Amino acid sequence: MEAWSQFVQLLFSGLTVGSIYALVALGFVITYSVTGILNLAQGDFAMLGALFCITLVNNGVPFAAAIGLSMLAVMVVGGLFERLAIQPARRSPVAVLIIITIGASFVFRGIALLVWGTDPYALRPFTGHGALEVFGAVIQWQSVWAIVISLASFAALHLFFHRTYIGKAVAACVINPFAARLMGIDIRKMSLGAIAVSAGLGALAGIVIAPISGASYDMGMMIGLKAFIAAVVGGLTNAPAAIAGAFLVGLLESFAEGYLSSGYKEAISFGLLLLVLFFMPNGLFAKMTGKRV
Amino acid sequence: MSAVLLEVEQLSKSFGGVQAVQNVSFHVKKEEIVAVIGPNGAGKTTLFNMISGIIPPTSGLVRFQGAMVSGKQPHELAMLGMTRTFQNLQLFSDMTVLENVMVGFHSRLKSGILSAGFRLPRTVKEERQAQKQAFSCLEQVGLAHLACKRAGTLPYGMQRLVEIARAAVSRPSLILLDEPMAGLNPQESKQLVDVLLAMREQGFTFLFVEHDMETVMAIADRIVVLDYGKKIAEGAPEEIARHPDVIKAYLGEEAV
Amino acid sequence: MEHGQRMTDGRKRWLLLVGAAVWLGLPWLVFGNNYVLSTLILIGLYALVSTGMTLLMGYAGQISLGQAAFYGIGAYASAYLTAHAGWPSWLALAAGAVLAALVALVVGIPVFRLREHYLALATLGFGVIMFTFFKEWKEITGGLNGFFGIPPIRIAGVPLQSDLQFYYLVSLFVLAGLWFAHNIVRSRVGRALRAIHGSEVAASSLGVNIMKYKLQIFMLSAVYASIAGSLYAHYVTFINPDLFGIVPSIYFLIMVVIGGTASVWGGLIGAAVYVCLGEWLKAVVPLLLPNAGGEFEIVFFGLLLVVMLIYMPNGLTGVMQKRMRRFLEMGGRQEKQIAAVEGHKARSIGGERG
Ligand SMILES: Nc1ncnc2c1ncn2[C@@H]1O[C@H](COP(=O)(O)OP(=O)(O)OP(=O)(O)O)[C@@H](O)[C@H]1O
Ligand SMILES: [Mg+2]
Repeated sequence: MEAWSQFVQLLFSGLTVGSIYALVALGFVITYSVTGILNLAQGDFAMLGALFCITLVNNGVPFAAAIGLSMLAVMVVGGLFERLAIQPARRSPVAVLIIITIGASFVFRGIALLVWGTDPYALRPFTGHGALEVFGAVIQWQSVWAIVISLASFAALHLFFHRTYIGKAVAACVINPFAARLMGIDIRKMSLGAIAVSAGLGALAGIVIAPISGASYDMGMMIGLKAFIAAVVGGLTNAPAAIAGAFLVGLLESFAEGYLSSGYKEAISFGLLLLVLFFMPNGLFAKMTGKRV
Repeated sequence: MSAVLLEVEQLSKSFGGVQAVQNVSFHVKKEEIVAVIGPNGAGKTTLFNMISGIIPPTSGLVRFQGAMVSGKQPHELAMLGMTRTFQNLQLFSDMTVLENVMVGFHSRLKSGILSAGFRLPRTVKEERQAQKQAFSCLEQVGLAHLACKRAGTLPYGMQRLVEIARAAVSRPSLILLDEPMAGLNPQESKQLVDVLLAMREQGFTFLFVEHDMETVMAIADRIVVLDYGKKIAEGAPEEIARHPDVIKAYLGEEAV
Repeated sequence: MEHGQRMTDGRKRWLLLVGAAVWLGLPWLVFGNNYVLSTLILIGLYALVSTGMTLLMGYAGQISLGQAAFYGIGAYASAYLTAHAGWPSWLALAAGAVLAALVALVVGIPVFRLREHYLALATLGFGVIMFTFFKEWKEITGGLNGFFGIPPIRIAGVPLQSDLQFYYLVSLFVLAGLWFAHNIVRSRVGRALRAIHGSEVAASSLGVNIMKYKLQIFMLSAVYASIAGSLYAHYVTFINPDLFGIVPSIYFLIMVVIGGTASVWGGLIGAAVYVCLGEWLKAVVPLLLPNAGGEFEIVFFGLLLVVMLIYMPNGLTGVMQKRMRRFLEMGGRQEKQIAAVEGHKARSIGGERG
């Protein structure tokens, strides 16, 4: 019975973390699909979202409003980042763009450090501190919130891309940028929109996880990198696969931490990344042979 | 009768559903100039890419200087004496013209990372040799005065010449040229034809793809015609010019 | 032509002599001030790492986001082998370098089949995994508590303990490293690397074995980093895993970007700017923002990275090179010289777009 409840506990914590990774990974996929850029600052949007929200709540702003406002603020940050750092370097080689996003990530972290300092902050759970008992495992309500919110976001995005005009336009832009331009879709606006939406998703992820694991200026990197692994495992342009990848990474980590050793959990998820990179050349190398001579 | 240098047997390549090249066979003898012609999308570049090892064939084989070479990497083939140019120029545009050509001499040099790093006398000697060879090769194509210019800054026609010099500087036994005249004005093409003919005099062997029929007729000893990936004819220029299938496929229906 | 060439050589030689004099005399200029000396030593160590990286990124065009791992391999190899296994320090340094090269080889074989985004990711993953090992393999590395009591390096039995001695030791390594890199760049190997950067397909069709050169240069950059790591370990006598994680890897990347990839001097210049700027920020920012703590300087380095890549993608050496060449050619006639071939210029980092 002991073993069983431990299993359920780990399962839930894996799903919780997985849903956070999934939100951030989705941001990766959207950004990458629309702009071709791998945004290594993605995780820092989560950090910014969490810290904004905590500050607002601490200053007496109602919880729901604080969530909305901080998501909005982070979207603005994302938009500025796109205009100031990405747009001017559009024509640079891929490696340069990657390094630019790393630079941006440093800027976000550094600003957060100057504003909020090095101490971790806590956010109160969305709905009380209560917990659920399932098979002897204790599940915080916040975990349930995390999973539900991420699932709801996926559903919303799915509807957006398949039912609305703008969403379909973005999808068209992804499939064929040239045709999209012919149809009068402005690629630059699209890029701005994509990064802003990704930033919003990242912020949401940060806000949802903050009551569980706290928030600090340096939380972005690991969330970002894990989400990144998820997105790569899923193939970078395939949203459902990235979500699956995120849950896979979350579960893998959770079980590795529970049954093996917590120290190696990082190495395990990055090992997964390398395995996928090395042994799934068909999915991942597809673009490589595309260059004709 | 001179020796056969390159033999292509039943070479095929399909990209998913597209049969880009189907069972093409032909050969090239020493000191010959063989042309491959065909309409756009006939599979000429794909054929070249297979011969030079850039893409593996779906089936069939390639023999070069009597040895089986299908499945070998491009750099291995270059070491054996086969180099090429590209339809869409592939110059190292940030390097000087001379350096571009010196890269062409790579296969003739030996110094590795250690002997280069310690600048052993052998490396110094090799560098001097490479520089001399590259320079004289540039003189031959008439670009010596541009040796120190960045390759990317040259006019298009000259870049083509640099690419040819780069492929020729190591004195390979076979050079593949993929549409060397593409994008050249008549005067530049004429200059290029002269260069190629002069190189033939020196014993170079060429296999080349070309759309410009005048050039092909002027310099090719033999012509291989591709259409929809299949070889539809092969022969001397006069025969090809009269070949009804070729006229139909290549020059269009109305020419019949 | 001959004349102009001689003039250029003459000026170059003078410049090098002056540079050498400054470098050797620097300790006296600063009256042996230990703070300045230790800063210079740090610059030298970082310069070694980033010179190797400049070869890899600037010339061969391959990105590495995990270079600090090799720095760490050198540091831990030296620390463990000298402190616990009793090896002589030079042997340990060599062993570290060999180990780093082997790791680079084993990792490089699969990694260099990837490119662009995936290459960046794989090297990042490698960096994280190595960091985890440094952290968790406690019997060897001492884990998060760090590794204490690394003995000093010895030359002919004499331990090098003063900063002054160490300064000269490190500068010798830096000079050797620069000389080696400079030789590589102006050789067949350097041309092959730049050719790979320019067009892989063309390079290989001319006989350049792409995989071989990428691996070799990756291994070489690992050796540079590892040697710097070994020296660092002996210098500070205490190391901990945080020095070899992802953030330090990014710092090395920043040095390469600042210095630029237009010449082998980029690594040294980048390291100097990085270290000096860092020290300056540490001195100045707390005066303006009293409660700034931790690694706040990352804001500035992040901004610098972004701004440099947008407005000065070839780094400082890229800008300086033009002026430099003009200076060197002053007096000599503006004749074209074959020897200008050695004004080799690598591309900006990374390959062509898409
Ligand atoms: N990498 C590839 N992937 C998929 N299809 C390809 C690829 N390369 C070539 N093809 C297809 O193979 C066929 C032959 O192409 P190829 O480039 O060999 O023709 P070509 O004779 O060189 O034409 P051109 O005269 O325009 O240069 C074309 O239908 C082309 O679309
Ligand atoms: Mg073609």
